[in-house]
Amino acid sequence: MVENIIEVNHVSKSFGGVHANIDISMAVKKGSITGIIGPNGCGKSTLFNSIVGYHPIDTGSITFEGREISKLLVGPIARLGLLRTFQQTRIYSKMNCVDNMQISVSHRSDARHGFFASRKGEILDRANHLLEFVGLYSKRNLISGDLSFGQQKLLEFAMALMNEPKVLLLDEPTAGINPTLINGLIDRLQRANQELGITLCVIEHNMRVIMNLAEHIYCLSNGRMLADGKPQDLQNDQRVIDAYLGGH
Amino acid sequence: MTGRSYLLYAVILVLGVFGPIMFPNYTQQMALLWVMVLMASTWDLLGGQMGYNSLGNITFFGCGMYISAVVQISMFYNVADYTSAFGAIKPEFTDEQYFTGLFLGILAAGIGSVFISYLFGLIVFGLRGPYFAIGTLGIAIAAGQLTGTIDYIGGGSGISMPFFPGDIEVRAGFFYLLCFILAALTHIVLRWIYSTQFGLAINAIRDDEDKAEAMGIPTLKYKQIGWAITAFFMGCIGAVFGNMVGFIEPVEVAFPVPTFGIFMVAMALLGGKGTLWGPVLGAVLFHIIKEATWTYLLGWQWVALGLILIINIVYFQEGIMGWLQRKYPEFFGITVDVSTREDGKEAKADG
Amino acid sequence: MLFNLQILFDLAPITNVQLILDGIFIGAVISLSAYGLALVWGVMNVKNLAQGDFVILGGYMAFALFNAGVHPVLALPIVMVLMAMFGWMVYILIIRRVIQQDMFTSLLATFGLSLLLQQVLNLIFGPEVQTIDSKMPNYQLFDNAITLPMVKILSLVMVAVLAVAVVIFMKKSRMGQAIRATAQDERAARVLGINTDNVYAFTFSLNAAICGAAGVMVSIIWVLQPFYGITYSLRSFAIVTAAGLGNLPGVITTGFGLGLLEQYTGFVLGAEYQVASAVVMLLLVLIYRQIQLSRKRQVVQ
Repeated sequence: MVENIIEVNHVSKSFGGVHANIDISMAVKKGSITGIIGPNGCGKSTLFNSIVGYHPIDTGSITFEGREISKLLVGPIARLGLLRTFQQTRIYSKMNCVDNMQISVSHRSDARHGFFASRKGEILDRANHLLEFVGLYSKRNLISGDLSFGQQKLLEFAMALMNEPKVLLLDEPTAGINPTLINGLIDRLQRANQELGITLCVIEHNMRVIMNLAEHIYCLSNGRMLADGKPQDLQNDQRVIDAYLGGH
Repeated sequence: MTGRSYLLYAVILVLGVFGPIMFPNYTQQMALLWVMVLMASTWDLLGGQMGYNSLGNITFFGCGMYISAVVQISMFYNVADYTSAFGAIKPEFTDEQYFTGLFLGILAAGIGSVFISYLFGLIVFGLRGPYFAIGTLGIAIAAGQLTGTIDYIGGGSGISMPFFPGDIEVRAGFFYLLCFILAALTHIVLRWIYSTQFGLAINAIRDDEDKAEAMGIPTLKYKQIGWAITAFFMGCIGAVFGNMVGFIEPVEVAFPVPTFGIFMVAMALLGGKGTLWGPVLGAVLFHIIKEATWTYLLGWQWVALGLILIINIVYFQEGIMGWLQRKYPEFFGITVDVSTREDGKEAKADG
Repeated sequence: MLFNLQILFDLAPITNVQLILDGIFIGAVISLSAYGLALVWGVMNVKNLAQGDFVILGGYMAFALFNAGVHPVLALPIVMVLMAMFGWMVYILIIRRVIQQDMFTSLLATFGLSLLLQQVLNLIFGPEVQTIDSKMPNYQLFDNAITLPMVKILSLVMVAVLAVAVVIFMKKSRMGQAIRATAQDERAARVLGINTDNVYAFTFSLNAAICGAAGVMVSIIWVLQPFYGITYSLRSFAIVTAAGLGNLPGVITTGFGLGLLEQYTGFVLGAEYQVASAVVMLLLVLIYRQIQLSRKRQVVQ
């Protein structure tokens, strides 16, 4: 029986008068790829932010591996193995790619590397290996701030992998990427999930991508959970179609 | 290390060791130079490399000075009696007493300052940017003020340090060597640190602290460790300085915020903050300029130094090393990928 | 110390009144300085570490004018004009260039300016403390237990008038409105045709003038010394950090509060602790903010 690695129960979050999330409940199965879709402004990023600790939630509970995290801060949550990537892509723009990778090693309490670990040994090897995995090996000595947006997204993804997370929340990973490169990204996401065992939860706008990638999809609309199910079910769900086409 | 580095270190070693022999009249100035090098280098650890600009590192300098004084005196005499005598009574220390006191004092100064850095870190490390700077500045000012109220350590009248057993030249040379050794140790430790993951971590904190937190980096621990290292060396050099000067006093000698306190920042900026050699270079240049203005511009030297600071900050932010690394990246072993950028800016600094 | 406490509560409670009065007088001065700091901070995001030195500079200007035969009350507008010109010059040479850069740069630039001012003043006036003896009458109350110098009352009145004038100016005049608009949203202000560079220059000059006025009062009711500036800077920062930027009533009350706190600390513990008490208050405020941010999740600032 596969357990839920993340459980969101009746979570609500408002910013002043704006009800960004209203009574949201969802679960992410361990080892799966779960998708979150919904029209613009429906509260997807807010939900992510709530899960990883960027702001407090008003009501409800969020658990990770069975333990309540809704009051924890960003750092401790990351050290539990729950990472996220940013829609606007955040990397250390003044350092080169290799350094970006090396500093992304895990800092959990069971981490293999101490504060003063060498930069030349195993960490460097893994960094190069992962850069190769995302296709950035040839750019590894360049300042990351000079990469193109799509390349930065790949770097951010590679950095997340370097951290050996248990769960990775990806906020619109294909946004802004050249369409010809999207297949490559999907492929890498799947490999990360299957080979490295990382649970993925993906916010996505690109229907083709998410329908092919995810095993289970949640659809939000106007701050509420509208529907959820397998990709085929949602594609034919009138409510989902209305939410996107109805337009608010 | 490259061949160039070996050469550079060899030259410094020779100059460092034989300096006072070659220029005996300048021994104390050269000792002061090493003090400045240490101050600028340690400031840069938090300031240039980690982006936490402290205006209060001088606190550890003064604390170390006083801790050492108390240790040195208390081992053989009653501190309160000693300080209240205001140097009128000159107690005798045997050679052995003097040196054991001195070395234990320096050690205690370093370790004590580490504790103090931990305590103050609890107060100020939640602060960012200018608040951190102002908070540390306030601590340094308060330290000087409050120390002057404690009669046990001499209050506003200060403490007259134990006499060095030996004649003047030996004394000058001895303290010079202590300063040089401490500065060299600091440099070696910092160089090593910057080459490890620690160096990357503090750069990451500087670049994007929130991203670092989001990736699980325990930023507070890094800040604490960095400041502890700074405090240790500042405390040690404070102890040495106090003994070298022979008389310590709260606001002028131990916690001189508007002078040494800000000099270390000016030196790091002048030479190029965030680089290993920048603070060293800046300290050397600043020290030379300072000595020159003392000699030729007496009365206006502080004004000149203040002007240099302002001009540096306003018009020449990157400092000398920063400028050099931008102009001649290959000289520093920096790889450049010309295909992505027109101006061929450097990709990574190794030095 | 305990004896001093006894005096307050037991032996001569009238001392409290004296302390409160003195606290109000000094509180008025530092409130003014804090307001100027908040103004520059809010409009241009520049944290002027030389604020206290501006005050002292204004004080020395009044001192020099007094030695030339000008009564301090008359000197006030002159000093304000001179300081405004000085502030404008500083803006052009230094501040304008550091506005766009990171916050530490502006802090350090103003700190460098602070050092420069201290040293120049030290060269010109020497390190001894100076004050202006205006030879105005003292009111003695309650059997000479309380001394109420006429000049202090006068300066309090002047401060109040100045404060009211500034507030009215900010609310009603075009420049005042332009300043407030720029403080709220600089880009929007520019889009609307406001010359933000002029606004910044004016704001900084206004701040210098305000500091000058505060300095004149310091020269009358207290003492001047080239290196005292930094303590005024610290006090101003403490007040602004505690009260918040847009909060004029808060700044005033906090300013008076700090004035009182310092007087009482100075009395109970000793004069040496006055500066320390300002620092402690600053640190407490900073810590309080930090605790608020770190205990619970907050939106990342």
